[in-house]
Amino acid sequence: MTQAELRLCSLLLQEHFGEIVEKVGNSLLRTGPRPLRLLVGDTGLLPDQVKKALCVLIQHNLVRYEAQPRGSVEYEARSERILRILRYPRYIYTAKTLYGDPGELLVEELLLHGHLSMSRAVARVADRLTETMEDGKTVDYSEVSGTFVRLADTHFIQRCPMVPESPRSAKAPPPPAPALAIAEKDAYVVPRLSLVGKGKRRHSCDEEEEGERKAKRQKQEGGTSESPPDDGIYWQVNLERFHQHFRDQALVSAVASRMDQTSSEVVRTMLRMSEVTTASGASHTQPLSSNEIFRSLPAGYNIGKQALDQYLALLADDPLEFVGKSGDSGGGTYTVSILWGELGVPGPETFPSSGTMFGSRCARIFRLLLRKKHLEQKQVEDFAMIPAKEAKDMLYRMLSENLVSLQEIPKTPDHAPSRTFYLYTVNVTAAARMLLHRCYKSVANLMERRQHEMRENKRLLEKSQRVEAILASMQATGAEAAQLHEVEEMITGPERQQLETLKRNVNKIDASENQVDETIFVLESFIESTMKKP
Amino acid sequence: GRGRGRGRGQMTFNVEAVGIGKGDALPPPTLQPSPLFPALERRAAPLPGGEEGEYMLALKQELRRAMRGLPYFVKPGAPRRDIERYSDKYQLSSPVDSAIDWNPDWRRLPRELKIRGRRLRKGRTAPLVPKQHVALDKEETIKKLESLEKKEEEVTSEEEEEKEEEEEGKEEEEEEYDEEEHEEETDYVLSYFDNGESFGPDSDDNGDEAVY
Repeated sequence: MTQAELRLCSLLLQEHFGEIVEKVGNSLLRTGPRPLRLLVGDTGLLPDQVKKALCVLIQHNLVRYEAQPRGSVEYEARSERILRILRYPRYIYTAKTLYGDPGELLVEELLLHGHLSMSRAVARVADRLTETMEDGKTVDYSEVSGTFVRLADTHFIQRCPMVPESPRSAKAPPPPAPALAIAEKDAYVVPRLSLVGKGKRRHSCDEEEEGERKAKRQKQEGGTSESPPDDGIYWQVNLERFHQHFRDQALVSAVASRMDQTSSEVVRTMLRMSEVTTASGASHTQPLSSNEIFRSLPAGYNIGKQALDQYLALLADDPLEFVGKSGDSGGGTYTVSILWGELGVPGPETFPSSGTMFGSRCARIFRLLLRKKHLEQKQVEDFAMIPAKEAKDMLYRMLSENLVSLQEIPKTPDHAPSRTFYLYTVNVTAAARMLLHRCYKSVANLMERRQHEMRENKRLLEKSQRVEAILASMQATGAEAAQLHEVEEMITGPERQQLETLKRNVNKIDASENQVDETIFVLESFIESTMKKP
Repeated sequence: GRGRGRGRGQMTFNVEAVGIGKGDALPPPTLQPSPLFPALERRAAPLPGGEEGEYMLALKQELRRAMRGLPYFVKPGAPRRDIERYSDKYQLSSPVDSAIDWNPDWRRLPRELKIRGRRLRKGRTAPLVPKQHVALDKEETIKKLESLEKKEEEVTSEEEEEKEEEEEGKEEEEEEYDEEEHEEETDYVLSYFDNGESFGPDSDDNGDEAVY
């Protein structure tokens, strides 16, 4: 793990789970898997605190554990999963676009709690939806559980590995840690539940009703003291599936920008058809016949079969090889190539960062080198149409940042410098890693700056919160406008300005963090795909 | 060799091949670490705005706020006071390190992580579950004897109800429920009790509540 990754993980843990969890996570990240007592010694925290922190981390899938042969249990932090915390807003927003509000809230609850059982998740989401509706209306559980089932069917959520059910004899001591496992085929099976109920609204004003509700609830619990019907079956968000979706989105927009809207729709349809049939590391989708594609096109697109075939042929012929032809049955079968690597699909999208770092001309040189692989100094100047002096300067700057590298090609066996070719080249994977490292650093810096801004203005923030609380309570009890105005005056003009500036800055920093995370996603996917190549 | 002495600045390979012509001034050597905030040569591109960006921004801030309120945000326990005060018994319990405020499925976790259930009093070190009644007994002998049995029953029934509550029922309500039980331990209405510490430093001429 690089320092930058460590620092970012640390900040993420601290911001979302507090300092105790951060300390425990840090210790695990820096020194690797260890048992509980070493952790306690290393962090200097109380044993109970460490246990609590570990429970939280395991609940959220950030730490895994393994029983060792000698009876102790080792804990290991999952750094790549911790970094995903940065992407939570994107997951939730995607769920919203695909499945509306119930989908959004379901994914949000699952992310907030790590994992939940279906009954609890549905109940919570129904309650939350009910809160936002007008008085008197409630949300039925069936609506929410319908969305839940759809999320499971499209693999956006999955079941957590289960506790083994094998009954142990009373004499054998239970293992120190359960070995959780789940078969692939069971991972998306929704248990048959009949969840009946409606969302409940929280009433804070009507005490009598609350007392009555409490009595009713106690009665309910007295009666149904058995565990909920889906006890032991927990669900978590399937991050890989979301990543697949993001990647599909990127592909479709790349096709759209290169060709036209219709071809991008064709590709989108093909990708949608192969959503659940494509293995996560595959380089191509399953072959789809053009008849199938024609049938699955969205209703609005009434292009003829002939036109579809033409589009497919065009896509297949394109040098970037988005779509490949894999056979002729059924009117021609086609696959979509989803490997980031060969295409330079990352090229036009992410390596503009070299443009912003160094300027658009450097970006031009960079793209040139990407395409032509190896070029001499002179050739760079010629092809890029940039004067020699500037080209030299830019090349050296990029060289010093390790975005480009020099390749020696000796003409003679003694590698004499005067008789050797020196070619500039781009090592894409190395450049990608370097950029990724910078991204991690950027996000960590952004987070620190944001926390600094909040700390600096802490007093003012607290004051404004108090004033808001007073205002809210006064409004609830029906105060007059004059009194409200008086309370508002407690925050002076310049202070308001300060608060405005603070809010603007914090928003900007947060938006930047989201933005950098998008780049991180592309770079990480790219690097991962290069590592998977046989 | 290094470019010292004769032929200053010579390198092992022919620099002309890389494009440094004869007599071209090389940039001066760097003698210090790069500055902490290097000068920005060009402004960064503007952030993409739009509905999606705005919504994700709001989501992000909302998530941060929400996670602080969840029991997964582990706050350190209240620092121990220097002197044990009479009012400690009657205050609503602040987060105790040993309490776990949510109910994980203990079957999925290693056994060593299991933290005993809520302690009734801060600062007790005796292990709870098997010995709960015994330890309570010890404490209770100091208190009013007639309420001993009543308290025990209350404790055991509280434990059972706690367990039932934990299996179904929501987190917020569970906390409310527990606090109610805590409140019932004393005869006093806790909100009336004011230990005087929230006043300013010059409130009490006697200084601290003296403990004899």
